[in-house]
Amino acid sequence: MNPSRYEDEPVPGYPLPIRPGHSSPGRLERVLRDGHFAVTSELAPPDSADPNEVYERARLFDGYVDAINATDGSGAHCHMGSLAVCSLLTRLGYALIMQISCRDKNRIAIQGDILGGAAMGVCNMLMLSGDGVQTGDHPQAKPVFDLDCMSLLEIAKTMRDDGTFQSGRKLTSNPRVFLGAAANPFVEPFDWRPQRLAKKVAAGAQFVQTQYCYDIDRLQRYMQAVRDMGLEKKVFILVGVGPLASARAAEFIRSNVPGVYIPDAIIDRLKGADDQKAEGLNICIEMMQQIREIEGVAGVHVMAYRQEKHVPEIVERSGVLEGRTPWHPSSYTGDATVQQQLDSNA
Amino acid sequence: MYKIRLWAVSNARLMEKTYAAVEKTLIAAAPILKKIGYERLDKPVAAVEKVVKGVLFDCQMCGQCALSSTGMSCPMNCPKTIRNGPCGGVRADGFCEVKPEMRCVWVEGFAGSQRMKEGGDIKVVQFAVDHRLKGKSSWLRVVQEKTASDEDAAAGAKS
Repeated sequence: MNPSRYEDEPVPGYPLPIRPGHSSPGRLERVLRDGHFAVTSELAPPDSADPNEVYERARLFDGYVDAINATDGSGAHCHMGSLAVCSLLTRLGYALIMQISCRDKNRIAIQGDILGGAAMGVCNMLMLSGDGVQTGDHPQAKPVFDLDCMSLLEIAKTMRDDGTFQSGRKLTSNPRVFLGAAANPFVEPFDWRPQRLAKKVAAGAQFVQTQYCYDIDRLQRYMQAVRDMGLEKKVFILVGVGPLASARAAEFIRSNVPGVYIPDAIIDRLKGADDQKAEGLNICIEMMQQIREIEGVAGVHVMAYRQEKHVPEIVERSGVLEGRTPWHPSSYTGDATVQQQLDSNA
Repeated sequence: MYKIRLWAVSNARLMEKTYAAVEKTLIAAAPILKKIGYERLDKPVAAVEKVVKGVLFDCQMCGQCALSSTGMSCPMNCPKTIRNGPCGGVRADGFCEVKPEMRCVWVEGFAGSQRMKEGGDIKVVQFAVDHRLKGKSSWLRVVQEKTASDEDAAAGAKS
């Protein structure tokens, strides 16, 4: 099937017209509001100043994802900044989800980045509190945390809807962004997690991406509570998934990456497999297929850290796109000079 | 102290009642406080507040106390000073991702809120801290705000 193309498709790098009732000129919001099951993935920004490394990493996902997250110093490690990654890729027409963490910048810097990102064509921003500096490669750094994810959402929403900074000073043009947040249904306190999602929605979240799901039962219980509160109608929920490279890797993640819950059954299954890596992919694909069936789930967020090249295979085999091929720059067939520009960059 | 802090949260209802009494007394004394001058009172009252809340809650004197909305667990003891937690990094045993030896401030806070009468306030989004208020008295600020709104209401009723 040909890549999804809209009737009002712009030249890559330019915004789509904003549909009535939409917040952003972006593809992700359209896909979700059209009721498609969305697929997003995560780009690990390079430890490099070379833009080609960003292009190469993005190209891996061509035709398989609706939007790409640009992480913001994830795990409190230094990498190329998310605003820069977004700027490089939006120029080629990619749909980006710019992650903004409260760990490294105060409200003055962050509000500047929200404007800058929107100016560079970023249509989706995901607000995070961020990992503690202690977990990263610069534990001696000063943790900022001037805001938390909730107040950051409120500020971004105010900028978009009321056209002012937190100070009340007026903007001359509002950032037209679709606002996202993170959620973790898989850790304590379980009874509070759906309530906390409600708080994020109240603060401005329009979509959330969850932490890795390796336990469908926990997700089912969470989604039941979410549906009881009617939240799935107010926020698009994309459930996080990812392939585990081996039983050892799974055990390492379980004990060293806070917030990721991996049940024994998953680790035993990996241990018992002849080819653990292949089994890791199988588990991820099965998760996606089961998640697809849960009422109120709007999509999946595939986090294949250091296994990014397997994302197309995972998405393809899972069948969650149901024959849809998300737009990507190489599918552009318009103006020849633009095509040339895209080819030389990608 | 960490142990007293945990005790205070597990007695969140008692803390709630005690604070309500303190607030009531201060509001009753508002005319006198106003006469002396809130600004002049800020330092001595903040000093008392620091000791009392420091012992009970490991108060960090952010100057905009949210204990009533956080299950009596001070959010400024969260290593990320999250005012609307808990974050997604809570360990399986309910301990903090950054300080594994410490109970998650917000796991405790949610439990505390369940014990309180007005614990539902935990569902309200807390806005970002105003860093100018650090070290100032929260109690006096609350008294000023509450009496000012009463005065406004009274003025409104008269007009």
